[in-house]
Amino acid sequence: MLATGTKAPEFSLAATPDQKIALSQLNGKKVILAFYPADWSPVCSDQMALYNEMLKIFHKHNAEVIGISVDSKWCHLAFSQDRKLHFPLLADFEPKGEIAKLYEVYDDELGECKRALYVIDEKGIIRWSYLSPVGINPGADGILDALEEMEKK
Amino acid sequence: MEYWMHWKKWKKNKIMSKLKPAVNSKDHAQGAANASVELVEYGDYQCPHCGRAYPIIKSIQEKMGGDLKFVFRNFPLAQIHPHAVKAAIAAEAAALQDKFWEMHDYIFEHQSRLNEASLINYAGHLQLNIEQFESDFSKEELAQKVDDDFESGVRSGVNGTPSFFINGEKYNGSWEEADFLAHLQTLAQ
Repeated sequence: MLATGTKAPEFSLAATPDQKIALSQLNGKKVILAFYPADWSPVCSDQMALYNEMLKIFHKHNAEVIGISVDSKWCHLAFSQDRKLHFPLLADFEPKGEIAKLYEVYDDELGECKRALYVIDEKGIIRWSYLSPVGINPGADGILDALEEMEKK
Repeated sequence: MEYWMHWKKWKKNKIMSKLKPAVNSKDHAQGAANASVELVEYGDYQCPHCGRAYPIIKSIQEKMGGDLKFVFRNFPLAQIHPHAVKAAIAAEAAALQDKFWEMHDYIFEHQSRLNEASLINYAGHLQLNIEQFESDFSKEELAQKVDDDFESGVRSGVNGTPSFFINGEKYNGSWEEADFLAHLQTLAQ
């Protein structure tokens, strides 16, 4: 994974069928990037459901959470509506996994993103990262610890 | 094979998730205060898995008696379970009339019928002072208590419901009755 203290690579990916989100648009906010293998698979759904409930807590830390997988924007739309998610899911769809590769969290064998987290500060610098075993929901304690640690400095 | 290697390495490196804060006077606890085994559940009243865990815990409590202390903390997933927060608040409101566990049990025993109106009926069944219950139900402090429980769960590494902590450490094993009981009994003195 990319080292803590380095600049998070810029990207611009579809968040909805007619809207893209670029990392640079979120300058001034902390960003939690949650790479995950696939919409609909049970563990991912739990993980996204958890982050969905935590938006209030993330916002208290001036942080936005973004999910990224190789699913298409239409798949994300259906998944997001079904689970009533209130944060964006980005489609790393074409070229497939390009951004995941840039962030060194692409699984070539499965053709999916690994289950990985990055916390990026207001200036776009990576402050924390975590690679979880693919079958395990990493929860959010690590993210909260990282957000708090950043505020101490 | 490779997956298991990864898992073992991960387990070794990851510091076990600890319960934060530790069980304290704000918690609802059953069983002996000085029991050798302290089991904490983070649960959601509308979660079907928590519904399935409910009779398992009850049975384990019976079998372990004074060796087990059981604490329930709220972890409602409000977006997927629209009645979960209200149910959690209802149990907290019942607690103000010393009937937390009665409400907790009643909600789980009638989980398929859960909605906001039914919660008021439950209060009636439990012979709570309804006027008081309704007034407490809308209190900001109770909603805050449920939020605080949720946040403590997140900090403690809760990643879904039900999540269990045994003597302050997250338990990631099976909670099927035979497995769970055997594990808890090995910890009892």
